[in-house]
Amino acid sequence: MANLNDHMGRPIVAVTGIGVVTSLGVGKTDNWAALTSGKSGIHPITRFPIDQLNTRISGMVDFLASSSKGASPLTYELAELAGLEAVAEAGLDSSDFGGPLFLASPPVELDWAERFSLYNSDKDKDDTAAERLLRVARSLKELDIFETTQFGSIADRLADRLGTRGLPITLSTACASGATAIQLGVEAIRRGECDRALSIGADGSATAEALIRFSLLSALSTHNDIPEKASKPFSRDRDGFVLAEGSGALVLESLEAALARGATVLGILGGCGEKADDFHRTRSKPDASPAIAAVRAALADAGLGEDEIDYVNAHGTSTPENDKMEHLALSTVFGERISSMPVSSNKSMIGHTLSAAGAVEAAFSLMTMRESVIPPTINYDNPDPAIVLDVVPNKKRNAEVRTVLSNSFGFGGQNTCLVMAREPV
Amino acid sequence: MSSPHDVVISGIGLVSSLGEGSDAHWHKLAQPGLEPVLETARFAPYTVHPLPDIDWNLQIAKRGDQRQMETWQRLGTYAAGLALDDAGIKGNDELCATMDMVVAAGGGERDEAVDAAILAASESRNDRDVLLNEKLTTELRPTLFLAQLSNLLAGNISIVHKVTGSSRTFMGEEGAGVAAVETAAARIRSGQSTHILVGGAFQTEHSDMLLGYELAGYLHRGPWKPVWQRQGAEGGGVVTGSGGAFLVLEQREHATSRGRKIYAELGPIVSGRARRRQGELDAEIATLLKQVALPNGKLLAISGASGAHAATTAEKAVLDANSAIAARGFSTLTGHMKEAQFPFAVALAALAVDHKAAYPVFDATAENPFEGVPATVLATAIGYHQFEGMALVTAA
Repeated sequence: MANLNDHMGRPIVAVTGIGVVTSLGVGKTDNWAALTSGKSGIHPITRFPIDQLNTRISGMVDFLASSSKGASPLTYELAELAGLEAVAEAGLDSSDFGGPLFLASPPVELDWAERFSLYNSDKDKDDTAAERLLRVARSLKELDIFETTQFGSIADRLADRLGTRGLPITLSTACASGATAIQLGVEAIRRGECDRALSIGADGSATAEALIRFSLLSALSTHNDIPEKASKPFSRDRDGFVLAEGSGALVLESLEAALARGATVLGILGGCGEKADDFHRTRSKPDASPAIAAVRAALADAGLGEDEIDYVNAHGTSTPENDKMEHLALSTVFGERISSMPVSSNKSMIGHTLSAAGAVEAAFSLMTMRESVIPPTINYDNPDPAIVLDVVPNKKRNAEVRTVLSNSFGFGGQNTCLVMAREPV
Repeated sequence: MSSPHDVVISGIGLVSSLGEGSDAHWHKLAQPGLEPVLETARFAPYTVHPLPDIDWNLQIAKRGDQRQMETWQRLGTYAAGLALDDAGIKGNDELCATMDMVVAAGGGERDEAVDAAILAASESRNDRDVLLNEKLTTELRPTLFLAQLSNLLAGNISIVHKVTGSSRTFMGEEGAGVAAVETAAARIRSGQSTHILVGGAFQTEHSDMLLGYELAGYLHRGPWKPVWQRQGAEGGGVVTGSGGAFLVLEQREHATSRGRKIYAELGPIVSGRARRRQGELDAEIATLLKQVALPNGKLLAISGASGAHAATTAEKAVLDANSAIAARGFSTLTGHMKEAQFPFAVALAALAVDHKAAYPVFDATAENPFEGVPATVLATAIGYHQFEGMALVTAA
């Protein structure tokens, strides 16, 4: 009889379903094949004109029906695809999931395409732009545009589609959102509120305005010439992240419930840790103390010591600041051992999927353990001498991986870390 | 029976058109016949309840911090500061560093002038995507993005007030406020947290914030009316207001051990998602009322009803069907504050419990008097479009 409770007497949380979509493709099979062969999904932007833009590359998901329909429809489709894959793998009814939904998704706004069309649909009156939009808005006969501006609508539609229970939670912790969605699911199961939860991170918000906003903050790589080489975490010449889209979904289940229904346990979500940073809106505290605290909190929550983590799935954005700070945090927590621990960044291949990143990378972390293969950090041709890490450079590595730490750090001082294990510990 | 892991309310921070602070709100709302503060001209044909004059310096000491935010984030950071002050936590580094936070947020303000210039130029250009690139790359303020990001209200609260235990932002209109309070309370009950800051803010005095309702025709137009009396009037029934509400929720033992005043205990919180297009809303509200387990006898209800025709009609019908309930629709006096609506309702319920007195009717036509001491008060937020929640607030 397996032990069903963890070191703190809480229900152990198992993963019984995984779903993922990135610029590398739809589903685990395609993504895993590409990821382990070191293939990049970064490509030139074609969704909108690139005139005037300093960054002309991205990891957008351009092959879905909603890819050109705006941020809300694409985010929904990404979330639905990942959610359906995860629920199907778990062997549950895809229209009657029966547990709560936690959705990490980007903040919504009225798309420019809609703004232009509303504004130009009524040119007669001598009024301000704001007045005209409001006047046209109130005579609309359908809710489609309205729903793209409601922060709860994507989750509401998913709840209908997948048959989740109760009030769905839509959340944002910026680039840590996907990890927070998983954390909320874990916590709900541990508190005994449910036997299973569906955690999804999805982001289809790579619009021109989003790209320009990040550009204005100097956050994006401008290595446009060879797109697949632009994301180079931990390299000396890294110059920013590559904006990307994607989704990841996990079916989380109490180990007891999973075993009782004969489900295949794909991994264990052992610990979650978080710590907010009060230093700056976009920059981390120079001593990395909040990230350090988040890593330690995740280890403590999982009941594991520093010497019990086999692999780190890094946040590894390829920005000068993040990678330096993350190295400082990891070397502080793991000490000497960090130079011999594999630490790789999926973002070298898929870019930064923002609100989805924590969920996408948790999905890949679980697959890393199941397949005993560590995806590489590609584009590692010019190591940063100040960051001494085993980044699993350029080629996948076969390795037994029993435990993974996955980091997610975001604007607004958000730091969330997850610890996953292959087997209950 | 009180228990050490009960959730109690030990700090309240409120801002609305009526003023700022929990005392100011109690004193105003306890006056019979209080008139709402209305702005009828600036956004005509819409009426809004505007922000009062606020000296931001009182809660956001650094001008540099104020400049990094637009009004929405300032308002939320300010209301959060009021709640922290009220709970005796502000400036206490140890308590702030271990304090968790759940913020209910929408998005911040866009630059209306830049948007208007782009729209004006679009009348004479067909290459609108190129136009966007030209204008946005040259005219957007770089830091404005941060003032718009949903999770940066929480981020600013961390920076200004040093609340750094954890930080989560829930999105989704009124439902975000419901889920934020519900999750925060669950964390305390299960021993995950000892003290949590929870709440939200809404700044309606920006055309995009009105557009967010009006794309579905939800806003009331024409002469102002109390929240229960907008059926059949022009428009969709919602009158919005700027405001913010933050609560400090605390484990009872934690609050008493540091000798803090307790306003009230936060009892059961229930939430739901009626499939409204399938006509489930009336039944859902009735089910929530049943789940929240109302006490016997007369009950004061602080209703967050928005005025939106369908949702408000459904809520009123269910509340009216229970003759023991005396409802107070506070949107009559504050306007609808979206993500802040439920935390605001819970705060007003706690003030009534604490003062051992009910509010007078906010609308003599549609509301019934309540005599006696309200030992338990119901707080509701039935979303104007989606999601529903309720809580019971009881004497500490």
